Amino acid sequence: MPALAVKSLYKIFGSRTDEAMRRLASGAPRAEALAGLPATAAVIDANFEVRPGEIFVVMGLSGSGKSTLIRMLNGLLRPTRGSVQVDGVELTTLKPAALRKLRREKISMVFQHFALMPHRTVLENAGYALEVAGLPKAERRERALDALRMVGLEEWADNLPHDLSGGMRQRVGLARALAAGTDILLMDEAFSALDPLIRREIQDQLLELQAELGKTIIFITHDLNEAMRLGDRIAVMRDGRIVQIGTAEEILTDPANGYVAQFVADVDRTRILTAASVMEKPHHVLDVNAGPRVAAKALRESQTSVVYVTGPMKRFLGTVTEDEVLRALREGHPNLDGYVSTERVRTVTADTAVADLFADCAESQHPVAVLDDRGRLAGVIPRITLLSALASATPESVAAVEKAAIPAQPDVELVAAKGEPA
Amino acid sequence: MSIAQSPLDSWLPRLPLGTWTESAVDWATRTLGPVFDAVATVVDTLVRPLENLLTGVPAVVVVLVLAGLGWWLRGWKFGLGTAVGLGLVAGMPYWEETMSTLAQVLVASLLALLLAIPLGVFIAENRRASAVARPVLDLMQTLPAFVYLIPAIFFFGIGTVPGVLATLVFSMPPGVRLTELGLRQVDKEIVQAAESFGAPPWMVLLRTKVPLALPTIMTGVNQVIMLALSMVVIAGMVGAGGLGDVIMFALSQVEVGSGFEGGIAVVVLAVVLDRLTDSVGDRFPSARAQRLARQAA
Repeated sequence: MPALAVKSLYKIFGSRTDEAMRRLASGAPRAEALAGLPATAAVIDANFEVRPGEIFVVMGLSGSGKSTLIRMLNGLLRPTRGSVQVDGVELTTLKPAALRKLRREKISMVFQHFALMPHRTVLENAGYALEVAGLPKAERRERALDALRMVGLEEWADNLPHDLSGGMRQRVGLARALAAGTDILLMDEAFSALDPLIRREIQDQLLELQAELGKTIIFITHDLNEAMRLGDRIAVMRDGRIVQIGTAEEILTDPANGYVAQFVADVDRTRILTAASVMEKPHHVLDVNAGPRVAAKALRESQTSVVYVTGPMKRFLGTVTEDEVLRALREGHPNLDGYVSTERVRTVTADTAVADLFADCAESQHPVAVLDDRGRLAGVIPRITLLSALASATPESVAAVEKAAIPAQPDVELVAAKGEPA
Repeated sequence: MSIAQSPLDSWLPRLPLGTWTESAVDWATRTLGPVFDAVATVVDTLVRPLENLLTGVPAVVVVLVLAGLGWWLRGWKFGLGTAVGLGLVAGMPYWEETMSTLAQVLVASLLALLLAIPLGVFIAENRRASAVARPVLDLMQTLPAFVYLIPAIFFFGIGTVPGVLATLVFSMPPGVRLTELGLRQVDKEIVQAAESFGAPPWMVLLRTKVPLALPTIMTGVNQVIMLALSMVVIAGMVGAGGLGDVIMFALSQVEVGSGFEGGIAVVVLAVVLDRLTDSVGDRFPSARAQRLARQAA
């Protein structure tokens, strides 16, 4: 069962919402569909499921509806229509008291501007959820201190939030949510108000905590790099609609439309793309028990100078080149055992970022071998493949993708404006 | 009168607003008599003992207590100033009247705040009630102060009680308005944070909104007391006693000297009460936190 499931969720502000919903059903852009109506559509037909233990990022620019969306997930806003299920419990029809109980037990939230209570100490802030739940003071203190320890702020417990820097305040915000002990964490632009270095630091801290605690996190951001860094999966929102849901890599390599392609154009792909996404199928792989004649034939046929050799369980052993094959033939050896070299080829794991492949590629005499988590040969990366993978990450090629997609897109003006000669 | 009569004017309906008001007051006097009597008793039992206490103890004691309070709340300079100012008043012939005015102001303000703050909380939480309350508050604030005295005489006769009650009505609006304003100004995200952890509405109100709104609410308290002081002097017209009497008498006899003395006593009371209530507001932790935050920004 998903930790959180959202089905055909709408939020329309203003009046005549039924008419607005009817017009939006056709899938027309919201500005067009709602022209002349006294209604604003913040979220249109959102559908997604969040798995337990996953970081699910909702990314979009301001006005895309992401903050409205997250506030419907804990009932701070009532949806106009649709369903939100938390652990299988339908949230939209809960009575206020039951909704409060669900918030106490299942979902906590971290806010963009920290939303700490300035008149309470750091400890009292961190223990707020426990105070609401009615826990005795001693237990409250202990659990709040535990949470502060997790974010490295226990010695600040008796200070007021004012004494802390922005990054520290948001760590208190995080501690407050962690102390609540809920499985689901909603984070609304939680790191957006922090400056870049601090943001990076607290992102790392979140990832570390997540590895330890395995919470289900719904993270809202307008920062694509943040989305790519944190998200197990990312939902891209635009004008109230979710336009694509996928892993960072899926969104980069296979954008759903021109808008997403344009959005991801500035991302440093080499940090997101992995060896697995650029590698090629290894054409000439032989088992170590193959005879040297077979190896010679393979070399001749493929017109290359190297053959990749695998051992028992298909584990990668190394390579043989013409020289070794000739030596094996001369010495009359029945197989390649003893002739396999590990010198000339570098190996990397499948999840290595492309950015980290350059050194290996440069130092490897033959295409780099990519191994899966069991040490089996998954693919190879010749230098030329790495270069063309880089080339496809340049803005020109993205523009080309967009141009192909233009006829169906309302983004024509934007693209045209960009493409105009200076 | 006939000069203003144009043919168009005959289209305007004649509103006998004055007549209506009179009959409404008449009706109230006749049917609500017991209610008014009860209210009068409450006000009387509050004002009289306080008045007796303040006039009963020696002036020096009152001066020292208030000066000590000033020292504690704002520092030795203000304490010294309070002692000098009140000492001056004690040296003039109207000490008893000043204490009587102080008692009336304190009781009227207390009652006004007991009504104003809950009302302010209510209309801050309820937009429709706020829309209804606004024009009523405008009316209460802008109606000439003397006008309150007329129905007060009808309901309560002549004396301290109508004076205190007219003062109460006149001084209440800023208490309501500033309470509402303070609560509405509380950071929405902080309120949402409280709600997102499952806090029930009363808890959000009492432990989050009210503490954060306190500095503004205390400004309201301060304004209520100041307005009460200005009204209680006017209430001298209905025989409320105190400094109002002194000033009204001086006015009718054109006695510059006693008029000035009464006036100075009012000013000293005003300054002392204003600074004292102002510094009470600053002593709340939330006020301190917000002041620090402003300094940092």
